[in-house]
Formats: sequence, structure tokens, C-alpha cells
Amino acid sequence: MLLSNLEFLPDRTVKRHLGLVQGSSVRSKHVGRDIGASLKSLFGGELKGYTELLHDSREEATQRLLEQAESLGANAVINVRYSTSSIAAGAAEIFVYGSAVELE
Amino acid sequence: MIGLSQIVFFVLLLLSGFVIGSVAERRHRKSIIKRELQFNALPAIASRRPAEDRPYAQMLVTGSVVIGSDYFKTFLSGLINLFGGRVTPYESLIDRARREATLRMKEQASQLNASYVFNVKFETMRIAAGRVPALEVLAYGTALVATDQHA
Repeated sequence: MLLSNLEFLPDRTVKRHLGLVQGSSVRSKHVGRDIGASLKSLFGGELKGYTELLHDSREEATQRLLEQAESLGANAVINVRYSTSSIAAGAAEIFVYGSAVELE
Repeated sequence: MIGLSQIVFFVLLLLSGFVIGSVAERRHRKSIIKRELQFNALPAIASRRPAEDRPYAQMLVTGSVVIGSDYFKTFLSGLINLFGGRVTPYESLIDRARREATLRMKEQASQLNASYVFNVKFETMRIAAGRVPALEVLAYGTALVATDQHA
């Protein structure tokens, strides 16, 4: 399965558009991480726990997007966009969407 | 007595935020500049189409980072907020976050032997990490890997 944020692909033609596919993941961190981060946040700098958390969460969302695309019979997802919103204190939603297509 | 100890505690927080925070910031900035020079040969550009017609393979690359403000910065920004104007402490924070995210994206691209990254997009999110603001920056783009490299 090919994943790309381009709207077109070089040397490939789109045979069929299969519509929008999406994947999302809402995650919050456990209390230990939270306490560590709030201590760290006194002094500034990178909050590694959060970086990892959001990274994992993004991977999970992407996985869901790919599963959905696969079930539609697509062999590529193009024009992929990421979007993030913090929906509550300590929880963030990662949203990935794109067009599922069948390439020649 | 309680009032006094509270003031002492507050000043301690401010001081430690200022000292440790500015040391960490200087160190981070130095490492960013050093790595940026390293990755100068691998540019990241915003244009939506690749700049060449050679055959290539492409791959989605991402880089992200969460960076927190420190206690002193937060306090200073609160003061600046009263009068308005440029909030320089946060400007430097968001600048570092964006450059770090770009660098991580480039690191991933360089592992793929890409010659450059195009169609770069940025995503920024505020994270509520305790009382002190933190933000996440995600950079993503398409790494271009020339397929006739050895030709």
C-alpha cells in the first residue's frame, strides 16, 4: 500500500477513485508520564514522553487509514493530510485522511 | 509567614526556570544549528511538485516534537500580555519546535537516501501539560529518492 501526500503520482495513473478514507486515534497519557511532564515543564525543553505518545498515536491512526483503504480494494492513498486537536486536558486526537485510489 | 514562604517558593521556581531553562534553550539552539548545517545538502521545500523530471521513487516522511515552555518564560509572557506586543519568549519556543520537527523529518529522509523533501506541511498543536504551555509541531512531506542514482 502506497501512502503519499502528493495529489498525483509520477508515472502512475489513477484508475479509480474510491473516496475518502480516514483514521483517528484519541490518546491520553498515564498519570506517571503526566507528573514527569509537569515537572519537566518547569524548566522547559522537550517533553519526550509526549513526543513518543503522539508519534505512536499517529502511527495507529495511519494504520486504521490503511486498513480502511485496504477494505475498499485500494492500492494507494494519496493527498494524505494530518490534523491534530487537543480535545480535553490531557487528551489529543490525531486524525489522518486521504483519498483511496486504485493505481494502474 | 505563609505569605513569605509562598513568595520564596515562587521566586525559587522563577529562578530555576530562568537558569535551567535558558541553559537548555541555548544547548538546544546550538544543536539545531549544527544539525541544520549537516542537512543543508537535503533541502525541504514547500512546492507541490518535484523540481525535476528524472525518474524517482517517493515516500511520506514525518517528524514531530513536543516542546514545553519553562516557568520563567510563562511568567514573562504573562507580563508582556498586559502591555501587548511581540511575545519573544514564545516566538523562540515555537521557532525551535518547528526547526526540530523539520530536522527529524530530514533525518528520516536521509535514511532513505532522499535528495530532497517537497510538499512540506506543518501542523501545530497546543498541549495542556500542567500550568505551563507546551506545543507539538509535526512536519511532513514527500521525500524524493532518485532511482537512477547509480547511472
